[in-house]
Amino acid sequence: MNLWLPQAASSYAQDLDWILIFITVIVGAWFVVAELLLLVLVIRYRRREGVKAAYLPGHSLRAMAVVLVPCAVILGLDLVIDGVAAPIWDHVKVELPPHDELIGIRGEQWAWRFVLAGPDGRLGTGDDIDAPGEVHVPVGSVVQFELSAKDVLHSFFVPELRLKQDAIPGRKIKGWFKVTRPGSYEVICAEICGFGHTLMKGKMVAESPQAYRQWLRSKQAAAKAPVPHEEKDNG
Amino acid sequence: MANATRAEHILNESTEVPTGRLGIWWFLASEVVIFGGLIATYILFRWRHHEWGVEAANTINAAGAFNTLVLLTSSLTMVLAHAAVGEGKLDKAARNLGFTLLGGVIFLCVKAFEYAHEIREGFVPARSLFWSFYYTMTGLHALHVLGGMVAIAVVLAAVRKGRAPQRVEYVGIYWHFVDVVWIFLFPLLYLAH
Amino acid sequence: MSATIHAHPQGFWRKYVFSTDHKTIAKQYLATGIFMAITGGLLAYVIRMNLAHPGQPVPGYGALNFTAYNAIVTMHGTIMIFWVAMPLLLAALGNFLIPLMIGAADMAFPRLNMLSFWTFFVSTVILLASFFVPGGAAAGGWTSYPPLSGSAIYSGGQWGVTLWILAVALEFAAFLMGGINFITTAINNRAPGMKLFDMPLMVWMQLAASIIFLFSVGPLIAGAVMLLLDRVADTGFYNPARGGDPVLFQHLFWFFGHPEVYVILLPGLGAVAEILPVFSRKPIFGYRMIVYATIITGVLSFIVWAHHQFIAGIDPRLATPFSITTILISVPIAIITFSFMATLWKGSIELKTPMLFALGMIAVFLVGGVTGIHNGTAAADIYIHDTYFVVAHFHYALIPPAFFAFLAAVYYWFPKVSGRMMNEPLGQLHFWAMFTFMNVTFLPMFVLGLMGHQRRIANPHNFAALNTPFADELQLLATIGAIGLLLSQVPFLVNLVWSALRGPVAGENPWRANTLEWSVPSPPGHGNFEKVPTVYRGPYEYSVPDRKDDWFPQNAPA
Repeated sequence: MNLWLPQAASSYAQDLDWILIFITVIVGAWFVVAELLLLVLVIRYRRREGVKAAYLPGHSLRAMAVVLVPCAVILGLDLVIDGVAAPIWDHVKVELPPHDELIGIRGEQWAWRFVLAGPDGRLGTGDDIDAPGEVHVPVGSVVQFELSAKDVLHSFFVPELRLKQDAIPGRKIKGWFKVTRPGSYEVICAEICGFGHTLMKGKMVAESPQAYRQWLRSKQAAAKAPVPHEEKDNG
Repeated sequence: MANATRAEHILNESTEVPTGRLGIWWFLASEVVIFGGLIATYILFRWRHHEWGVEAANTINAAGAFNTLVLLTSSLTMVLAHAAVGEGKLDKAARNLGFTLLGGVIFLCVKAFEYAHEIREGFVPARSLFWSFYYTMTGLHALHVLGGMVAIAVVLAAVRKGRAPQRVEYVGIYWHFVDVVWIFLFPLLYLAH
Repeated sequence: MSATIHAHPQGFWRKYVFSTDHKTIAKQYLATGIFMAITGGLLAYVIRMNLAHPGQPVPGYGALNFTAYNAIVTMHGTIMIFWVAMPLLLAALGNFLIPLMIGAADMAFPRLNMLSFWTFFVSTVILLASFFVPGGAAAGGWTSYPPLSGSAIYSGGQWGVTLWILAVALEFAAFLMGGINFITTAINNRAPGMKLFDMPLMVWMQLAASIIFLFSVGPLIAGAVMLLLDRVADTGFYNPARGGDPVLFQHLFWFFGHPEVYVILLPGLGAVAEILPVFSRKPIFGYRMIVYATIITGVLSFIVWAHHQFIAGIDPRLATPFSITTILISVPIAIITFSFMATLWKGSIELKTPMLFALGMIAVFLVGGVTGIHNGTAAADIYIHDTYFVVAHFHYALIPPAFFAFLAAVYYWFPKVSGRMMNEPLGQLHFWAMFTFMNVTFLPMFVLGLMGHQRRIANPHNFAALNTPFADELQLLATIGAIGLLLSQVPFLVNLVWSALRGPVAGENPWRANTLEWSVPSPPGHGNFEKVPTVYRGPYEYSVPDRKDDWFPQNAPA
């Protein structure tokens, strides 16, 4: 298991894990050096009988270089980290690749409601299908989502997919993911939303395209069946 | 609380700027960020809500314009008060401080009249975000006018007894700030459409 | 008994309660801050006991429902930042030290100073009152995001959040008053001969922190007024259904919130900067470089705020620019940290308790500093945002200044404040216990965060990844650490009280230090200096070659 992270299950999980590890290696090296230096200095320069401290105020540029040069290296590494991380962020959050499936997600106090776009591939139309609490997606397909909230802020978090996006009432935020590993994944809320925040979870099942179509058919059949007392909620 | 050490310190200021003036300017800096935050937020919202022009048409431009004149005039009398202190004419300074106070009173009365009229007409804070901002911004400003008036009254009382004349300048700086904030509020809330 | 400058006696109320003496006001902030630290610590105890044994009643507290848990989490954070870190680091240290260190008799505006404390005191009462109102205390996190905090229909309680807003607003007013006092005093009331670049770094840090606070808090005051009006006047500033925007509050909050963490950090660094030279008998390395790095940190802190909002719904194209500015701040902070280390090089180091805590501050802060890179890089933040990784990061970043550095300052200046020395062995015990339990408490949280443990949940067992024996072990470890941290304070509190009453007499300058506060009696009298001191040199002239003594006070003639 990489760094205690849950098993990666999306197309961009590897990149996101990699940036975490890359940062850890770079800052970790500096951290170890700094802590060792601190320890060595404190031990080496313990007060000794007859040994006076040196008078080194660090006024001259040459003296200050001892501090400034390592800091320039840190600056360089900072920019490297930024340079490496920016395209990964763009890929996950700025780009919207052409999608195979479209789902609506709505957080509410205290559950997740999903809406499938239905055969016409558009949300907000008559053929949308409700999937409260649990959504299925086909492995290997690009799924685009439109995320919203009903009442307060929520945050859509699926740890195995490394997917997280805050949900805001009154807004539809678009994002995407592609699951690469079949399984059943917990959908967590990552923004405090009232006392039920600790209870709020949903389920995302990633399965083969055939199993997915079967699920879809069952959902469509259930949607068509006359249930007069049930309200259709199109999120 | 002055003692021998402290009295020497008042003479021994590290910069050329009197401590009171320095303090007032830093205080104003903090106020600029408070009003600045509020005003910037309003501007961002207004930009995105052109339809607010319809609501904004219901502010009483004449009252706003009159109040602008009142505040500007009170700033003038404040300048005269400060000048009078410089000439050593403390009773003249006190008189002009009184006129400044009067300006504040008139301003607040006009504001009260506006609020009463607007509320009667149904333009309450909850009616639309424009009105929410209108009442918040003018309300916060009015509170600062009131606070300024209290400060001016205190300084006026001291000046009448010939004490602490340097505070006329400090309270004057504050009063000019309150005036400047209004100069921003008036076009943003009344005139913009 | 120390000589007093004033001839006239003061009654009890004037001397101890409604005092305008900066030293008394400092002690008032200190007492309030310590009381609130104990309160905040006990809240942490409840949190940790609940997380280690979810669903079970907490010993000493009782059964805990989810609303109460959220309220406790909220108030723990609120109290620690606004009612512990700020009063202790800024108000207590700043008030006591600034006039003494610059050779002044008191602050520029002593009566404003008194007003600032009593405003703060009222804010404390209002905040504590919010625990007892119907509906309980605020429970939407210390960040109080709307819409949850914008209306009682979402958060359950009506009074809790409203009182929270009022308390925070009053606290801000108190610290604005205090800040204006600090800034004006440091700029204008220095003793003759003390140029700005002869001021001790503690004064520079207090000055910078006060300026940063002053320029950053305004928008949040505006934002808090708007939140209050949403709650009580049915306005819709943050209500999307009324045309408002919840994310607006986040911008206003974090525009202040980020500079605020430097407001807390800087005075802590100031304490370290005073202590390292004295206990290494060496000048601080790169005094001017540290000042410039501090100014750069302050400026940069204003352009990083949206790193708290990478996935909050802001335009995603803003994330990379904010990532860049955010991790740039590591550079001036590194300058300061390495300068501190260079101060040790070729020094003559004595590991008394103040020095232990100062060094401990640096060692522990490094963890918080480097994990700031993880959080500040947008791509990495996608996963770790709102998890315990963040919680671990900010505790590693805030506890070093607010506790380690503050305690270093207490042990160091206690002799000046009280006239007596604190007990060394108890101090060493305090340090090593804190250092150990700090890591036992918060290292496991990095792991829990990486496992996907989100913030502010009362029952982690509800989630499969957190309902494992390994997760339970981590929670238990963190809880043991937290209890250890709390118990570590016992030797300190005992030491504090005992030493104040019966500690050995300290004398004027037990540490052989150069700064002006050590040239007056311990404790100083009202008015501080019998005669206005004249300053001849900077504060860190230790081990000057060709001098018999390894120290050279600022006010000693050549």
